[in-house]
Amino acid sequence: MHIRIERRLTPSRLLTGLTLLLSLILSLIVGGMLLRAVGADPIKAYRAMLLGALGSKYSLSETLVKAIPLMLCGLGISVAFRMRFWNIGAEGQLAMGGIAAAGIALFVPPRFPGLSAWQLLPMIVAGGFAAGALWGLIPALLKAYIGVNEIITSLMLNYVAILLVEYLFYGPWKDPKGYGFPGTAEFPPAAWLPRLPGTRVHLGLVFALLAAGFIWLVLARTKWGYEIRVIGENPRAASYAGISIVRNVVLIMCLSGGLAGLAGAAEVTAIARRLTKGLTVGYGFTAIIVAWLAKLNPLAVLVVAFFLAALLVGGDQIQITMGLPAAVALILQGAILFFMLGGEMFRQYDIVVGRKPTASPEEKTQP
Amino acid sequence: MTTNSSVRMAGIKKRFPGVLANDQIDFVAYPGEIHALLGENGAGKSTLMNILFGIYQPDEGEISLHGHKVQFRSPRDAIAQGIGMVHQHFMLVEVQTVAENVTLGLNESRFLLNLGKTRTRIAELAQKYGLQVDADAHIWQLSVGEQQRVEILKMLYRGADILILDEPTAVLTPQEVRDLFSTLRRMACEGHTVIFITHKLDEVMAIADRITVLCGGRVVSTVKTPDTSKELLAKMMVGRPVLLYLEKQPVEKGEIVLQVENIQALSDKRMPALKGVSFTVQQGEIFGIAGVAGNGQRELAEVITGLRPASGGRVLISNVDVTNCTPCRIIQKGVGHIPEDRTGMGLVPNLAVSDNIILKAYRQPTLTKGPFLKRLSIRAFVDRLIKLFNIATPSQDTPVKQLSGGNLQRTILAREISAIPSLLVAVHPTRGLDIGATEAVHKMLLEQRSTGAAILLISEDLDEVLTLSDRVATLYEGQIMGIVPAEKANVEELGLMMGGTPLVASASTCQEGV
Repeated sequence: MHIRIERRLTPSRLLTGLTLLLSLILSLIVGGMLLRAVGADPIKAYRAMLLGALGSKYSLSETLVKAIPLMLCGLGISVAFRMRFWNIGAEGQLAMGGIAAAGIALFVPPRFPGLSAWQLLPMIVAGGFAAGALWGLIPALLKAYIGVNEIITSLMLNYVAILLVEYLFYGPWKDPKGYGFPGTAEFPPAAWLPRLPGTRVHLGLVFALLAAGFIWLVLARTKWGYEIRVIGENPRAASYAGISIVRNVVLIMCLSGGLAGLAGAAEVTAIARRLTKGLTVGYGFTAIIVAWLAKLNPLAVLVVAFFLAALLVGGDQIQITMGLPAAVALILQGAILFFMLGGEMFRQYDIVVGRKPTASPEEKTQP
Repeated sequence: MTTNSSVRMAGIKKRFPGVLANDQIDFVAYPGEIHALLGENGAGKSTLMNILFGIYQPDEGEISLHGHKVQFRSPRDAIAQGIGMVHQHFMLVEVQTVAENVTLGLNESRFLLNLGKTRTRIAELAQKYGLQVDADAHIWQLSVGEQQRVEILKMLYRGADILILDEPTAVLTPQEVRDLFSTLRRMACEGHTVIFITHKLDEVMAIADRITVLCGGRVVSTVKTPDTSKELLAKMMVGRPVLLYLEKQPVEKGEIVLQVENIQALSDKRMPALKGVSFTVQQGEIFGIAGVAGNGQRELAEVITGLRPASGGRVLISNVDVTNCTPCRIIQKGVGHIPEDRTGMGLVPNLAVSDNIILKAYRQPTLTKGPFLKRLSIRAFVDRLIKLFNIATPSQDTPVKQLSGGNLQRTILAREISAIPSLLVAVHPTRGLDIGATEAVHKMLLEQRSTGAAILLISEDLDEVLTLSDRVATLYEGQIMGIVPAEKANVEELGLMMGGTPLVASASTCQEGV
């Protein structure tokens, strides 16, 4: 028997839905086997996860809190990926945004006492965006002018930024009245990003929704979005058509890094209200998965970010309520991803069993 | 010619996803004949020969050689049965010598190479068939024509008596084509079967004994050359009568649009590719540049369109110096560009036909409103061009990669011509296109000439350059070997220039900028 793989001309819509559903079911089955292996009842565990993530107003709001940075970073990553600019430095850009926000929150009010939240918060938001954008600009300029691979530079810059955060809150920015605990002093209330009363859900959610709408509009309806699509699909054709690749790489990375920076700024000023441990917990990396699963569609990013956030929160829940290792949630996440990306292949390729072997269509040469 | 066939393929059927490449094909060739396999792109010629050479297995049908039924699982089996194939892209190891390449893959001396014996045998074969080549030269030192001879020697060395050549003349100068034909003739006289894939009618008439015409995966007819004509063959290939010779109306030439002065540029490998090229092109003129590909044609087109920096010299468009300006600025100066690499540069294969048509026009005020694209205006604009240029596409949202080669080129032409260019740079505009599509492209270029555009036509196809151009220049190793008016040019002279012999100044032709 021969098996061969052929590319489908057009993946069907029905198939897309089916593979998604099937990969979800398969990953739950595999996850269930793993849960059983560590001695837990899978049904009970899944139920606990679901309730823990979505079952109450509190858990729902916590899921949203985790979804916000995933949304912002995921949006930033997806615009860069649209142009085939592989920005995997969202974590670092988020960290830099957090640093800038913390810097403004800590050092501006003492010098200009009496600044209201209406004055201080725009500065913080703009500062966080700008810091992320500048951090994103480094790999962009290196790539545009001397052709350095952006995957390496953006990845490495993550560690620079993460360590810089730690240096600051362990060192020069450490709270002198903090009994030796790592972290800056708490920001003044004027620098707190507003929360929805009774929850920790903050204004960052609005930023994420606005950003998604903005990016969708840019990509679907504007000249700039058209240029991004052309560059992403065929940079040589873009140059040929007179589209400046350098200009677009720079702009896109400002937007991409800026959104991650915004996530960082919101995170420090709305959640911890100080720069401390727990800022760089991997949102920037998980957001790559978000962008990928969302097929770089800005509106889908919102949904996928919420879904992955639910998985994270649900994972924490079973850890607490069922005493399972924290890694279980991560394994489940991995399993879902594995099946979804694997399912992608079945969506795009057809597997033909049983006929005589022939050359694949790629090898086909016509006179 | 004997009555015992050397090759008999009966009822061959081969299906690829979405296409029936070969449908019930019967094909017979005899020892001692040169048999041309003629057809448009996608007619199934290469598929059929790849089946004969064992690269593909047929879905149905059988193959007999010299009356015995055979079944090939791979080219190895075919070679063992005396079949040799010279592909369009040569399969040679560049850093090895001719002799080493010839013995490559043979089982005759597993560990110790006896190259002395190989050399003698190569010399014998070369002598016998007129395939002059130095057995100790490295492949990279050889010209394309010489490399092709090595490929043929490889086949003969393996004792092939059935030789398949896939579009062998595409890369050759006219003189090399003549040498190749005399070699093929000698092989046929020795009793070999020569099968020759092509879509060039002149060559078929010049060399073939019999011709099998394929169209849409089926055999239209097999005819003897004396019983047919170019017109009849063209009609069989395309399925309708074709204008083989276009009428070139005299056009009054206007002002100089393009002025290239002593231009120099580097290739992608950072080697000098253009070494001081100068010429001018006027309104209403087609200026043809002939030459074997790889002699600076691509670099020349890219320098003029701003895609490659010039390291010296000047480019003026309508008397404005645009040397090393951005492509965007040059497009604004009214320069259209039909690039050599259609899907690599001229189009974005994954995007829709409409997106590809507005690739340059998307900045126009009529199609935009502030930062936004006016989608309805774009749809109307694209619809109009699809109709005007007869682009066969299911819809304007179809990804352009699903179109045929001819329609890809129509899409590019629709885009470039609709911008009403003052200068059109056309590079290999009909390469790989079939007769029908070629005819359409030629018509469009001549129309542009009539409306007063200046056209720089860069092509390897000497016939094309001669029929379309007003003046013809020949590019060899980055230099112009001579510029002659097309009506005074002859193929011999151009062929010599393409091979590197400069035009003699005393010749009765006008010369410029050399």
